[in-house]
Amino acid sequence: MFLRYFIDYGGYKTALTGLKNSLIIAIFGLIIGIVLGSVVAAIKVAGARNRVAKIISYVGDVYTSIFRGTPIVVQLMIFYFIVFNGVPMSDLMKVVIVFGLNSGAYVAEIMRGGILSVDAGQMEAGRTLGLSYTATMIKIVIPQAVKNVIPTLGNELIALTKDTSVAGYVATMDLNAAFSAIAGATYDVIIPYLMLALIYFLIVLLLTFLIRFVERRMRKSERR
Amino acid sequence: MKDDKKRSPKFAKTEKTPVEPCDPEALIEVQHLTKKYGDLLVLNDVSEKIMQGEKVAIIGPSGSGKSTFLRCLNVLEDPTDGYVFFEGNNLCDLRVDINLQRRRMGMVFQQFNLFNNMNVLKNITLAPVHVALQDLRKTRRKNFFTRIANVFRSKEKKKPLVPLQTSKKQIVADAEQNAMRLLGRIGLADKAKVYPSTLSGGQRQRIAIVRALAMNPKVMLFDEPTSALDPEMVGEVLELIKELADEGMTMVIVTHEMGFAREVATRVFFMDGGKIREQGGPEQIFGAPQDERLKEFLSKVL
Repeated sequence: MFLRYFIDYGGYKTALTGLKNSLIIAIFGLIIGIVLGSVVAAIKVAGARNRVAKIISYVGDVYTSIFRGTPIVVQLMIFYFIVFNGVPMSDLMKVVIVFGLNSGAYVAEIMRGGILSVDAGQMEAGRTLGLSYTATMIKIVIPQAVKNVIPTLGNELIALTKDTSVAGYVATMDLNAAFSAIAGATYDVIIPYLMLALIYFLIVLLLTFLIRFVERRMRKSERR
Repeated sequence: MKDDKKRSPKFAKTEKTPVEPCDPEALIEVQHLTKKYGDLLVLNDVSEKIMQGEKVAIIGPSGSGKSTFLRCLNVLEDPTDGYVFFEGNNLCDLRVDINLQRRRMGMVFQQFNLFNNMNVLKNITLAPVHVALQDLRKTRRKNFFTRIANVFRSKEKKKPLVPLQTSKKQIVADAEQNAMRLLGRIGLADKAKVYPSTLSGGQRQRIAIVRALAMNPKVMLFDEPTSALDPEMVGEVLELIKELADEGMTMVIVTHEMGFAREVATRVFFMDGGKIREQGGPEQIFGAPQDERLKEFLSKVL
């Protein structure tokens, strides 16, 4: 029954769309998250010494505590049905933005830890050479911070990938929704859900190798 | 009640010492420099002048404020009170572009602080290239606006553009050539493409010195340059510093190497309790110390 539906009646197309959407949400969500998170983290770190940055950093604090303090499903609902109601964007785009905002809050804290882990002497050395605070941050501190946080950032990518399984709540055909639909149509729950688990597992496995590869390459550049 | 609170030390605004006119002869002038960490007084009203070409060694027991004094000279530490003048510019004035001034003051740290994410060559060229590119961009921007404004000007009144003499490629090539020359001088030209983590302490410190030299500084500040080194590497670093001194570079050195201070310095400061307790030529400080604390200190370290 399942195989006939999956192959002959085009169930695999649904599954592929779901896979594609899930990957889009995870990847673009993380890209938005990293950009947003880095900016928020830099402002938060700068807030310790600059009064203007301090005021902005309070906004960052509110942002991270709200997005880390509420479940992603709730955020998805609120943004989809209230904030983005009537905004001319594709559903997928809306979902990507919400996931980006959510992961930005986590990445901000990860990046902040990374920036603080870089030896203060690096900043001092940059400043004594006459580079501005911002230039030193961009050219010296953040590249080292990123290297330090790659493993943690990988963790966030994996978590985000699996979190995309709730995108189905707002009528987005993600991997989870696709297989739920197949299960509903075939009255067969065992194979679709096991298959779903296997696909997620394989994606995460692939990501793990990818992260390890990136990490190794970055470490290598230090010792040549 | 309310008024009491305002007057309590926490809320009281500390009166700053008024600026006195600085001596145009002095390269660095320090006026009433005071630094507090909370209630801890690290520097207590230090006033001093350092002239072009002088080699000043600062000695003293740990916690005496030597390093803080040095770090205040290029405002790496913000003084609580007092002023630092460099070539007549008040570095504590927020209107003075501190980044512009710091380019003329090299600094070498105890922990080397080479940039770990760049190879040796990049470490040395980073700041010169950055500065030159900034200037290039500024000129380009200025030309761009002049060109737009020229559209509205009559033919006779058109303003000329600032000619561009260099390009990005040229700037990078020049900086690299200069860096290789400096590396050749310390005999580390073969390490140009290597990352700092593979180098020994002595090599790292010499590269840190060269990195500061690449900006053509007017004065070099050394913050215990040999304290983090293995004993056998101290020599090579001191040798390089001595060479610089012989070339006439103005320098301020915080050091525990008394023999070196005696040999190189033209003036020695003995600091204790946040003040310069005694100063003078090396013969006087090491040969005929007057201050009790200095005598005690020298008897321990010599």
